[in-house]
Amino acid sequence: MGKWMKRFGGLTFISPWVIGFLVFTAFPIFYSLYLSSCHWNLISTESTFIGLHNYREIFSEDQRFWNALAVTTIFTFVTVPLGIIGSLGVALLLNQNVPGMRVFRTIFFLPAVLSGVAYCYLWVNVFNPDFGILNVLLRPLYRYLGVSYDYLPRWIYGAKTALLSVVLMGLWGIGPGMITYLAGLKGISPSLYEVADIDGAGPLAKFRSITLPMLSPVTLFNMIMGIIGSFQVFTQGYVMTGGGPKDATLFYVLYVWQKAFQELQGGYASALAWILFLVILAFALLTLRLTRGFIYYGGE
Amino acid sequence: MQTSTKTIRSVQRTCVWLLLVSGAVVFAIPFLWMVRIALVPDDQIDMGLRLLADWSDMRYMNFATAMTVQPFHRYFLNTYIITILGLCGEVLASSFVAYGFARKQFPGKNMIFIFMLATMMLPPQVTMIPVFILFRTFGWVDTILPLTVPSLSGAAFSIFLLRQFFMTIPRDYDDAADIDGCNSFQIYSRIILPSSKPALLTVVIFSFIGRWNDLLGPLIYLNSPDKYTLQLGLMAFRGLYSTQWNLLMAASIVVMLPCLVLFFVAQRYFISGILIGGLKE
Repeated sequence: MGKWMKRFGGLTFISPWVIGFLVFTAFPIFYSLYLSSCHWNLISTESTFIGLHNYREIFSEDQRFWNALAVTTIFTFVTVPLGIIGSLGVALLLNQNVPGMRVFRTIFFLPAVLSGVAYCYLWVNVFNPDFGILNVLLRPLYRYLGVSYDYLPRWIYGAKTALLSVVLMGLWGIGPGMITYLAGLKGISPSLYEVADIDGAGPLAKFRSITLPMLSPVTLFNMIMGIIGSFQVFTQGYVMTGGGPKDATLFYVLYVWQKAFQELQGGYASALAWILFLVILAFALLTLRLTRGFIYYGGE
Repeated sequence: MQTSTKTIRSVQRTCVWLLLVSGAVVFAIPFLWMVRIALVPDDQIDMGLRLLADWSDMRYMNFATAMTVQPFHRYFLNTYIITILGLCGEVLASSFVAYGFARKQFPGKNMIFIFMLATMMLPPQVTMIPVFILFRTFGWVDTILPLTVPSLSGAAFSIFLLRQFFMTIPRDYDDAADIDGCNSFQIYSRIILPSSKPALLTVVIFSFIGRWNDLLGPLIYLNSPDKYTLQLGLMAFRGLYSTQWNLLMAASIVVMLPCLVLFFVAQRYFISGILIGGLKE
């Protein structure tokens, strides 16, 4: 008994997670895979097995699926690089030992702790075409240039500008990336820069051959987290635009939600969710693959 | 020669500072605008820039009105109950599991740990529908149980964060307690937990923010308006008073307030949490 306890006693401690994993993750994953091959309306207890039919329908007939995939992919490809550039930029500035550094850090970090409906309404207010702050600031400029107010952007209410508006709003959330970059910058040994100074390297050369490579693990981390996060955007679409106008902000998860809980197509929505999982996995693996050789983990 | 390098330095620093100030202004403007609109009288909402220049006519009553036209006290109570219960479950369970990963040896430990980290990449939407069916079978729809009970299995990120911290506590403490006749559970509750307050606080804060702002969970599971959380209540509020922008902004500020206060009180715990998550081992 004592020997057995010594060998397996630790499992007692991790059992809450293992049980939770089996009940809330492992079983649902396989069940969802099964559901994705069923015709099933979420309410009834009966479902008909239809094999790969849902997937075939999604890929060949579902225009809104392709649109949602495109919207989410574009969103990711714009937001992730801009977020990385933004957070690295601010971190570089904050790393210069300027007065008031803590105050700046607080201001730049703050939006990252706000999410949810209230934060979305803050931005609905900013983007309002009639009295939102953006157009209030643009109006004097338009008057000066003699352009009619009719050409003021309609932000989240315009089919062409809606997605861009959500990207813009996302840039306020660079806080965590900025913090990781700041810690990364503090971790670079000053002696590296001193050696470069002796070699007569300029600031740009130092940035390219010391700062960027030394920060590459942080960049990779921020990229992967950014990709995972962007593909799961839901609240902004649901709260601010409802996916519109003209499905311009129909984020993928919002589409899954609509299919499942509004149209009650449980099997179809499960198939959509599985495709999302595979897409995220593919992008994450692709990122790891493409960055291989560019990531510097000290000492190698 | 020396003075010119010095001048360049100070010009550089001023430029950096100016860039930071303009960035900070850009970051602050949406918040400022929100506060200003929340305080504006009904008929002055389209005054534009004049609103930012003139802060004399302020209607603090907007906050009281917004809070009373809808049962926000109810939403607050519901949200607090769900957040606090879920948070307690998550912190207790996560620290318990993290102790197992940090201190115990058992077959397959590393594999299970890596597996756990991998689950963080899984989009919750993949499991959303089957989990919904599961809870419906239990008869838990329109109760707070689906939003609180799962926390009892711990959360992967919290477990990871706590495990990293527990690893830094010297094992001598455990050994001393062991000699004094403490069992594993006592070591966990009397040695590890009391020495981990900063890490536990970090987990509490992240969990609080996540649960407070959760929309998808309540949206799926709560139907009756008297069970609404603040997130759902705020959406219902907008549905009824969509043109009352000042009231909507006032209500939004009140909903955000607990997270803002938490942030200002405990900023360093946010930062340490992000660093442990971002720069692994």
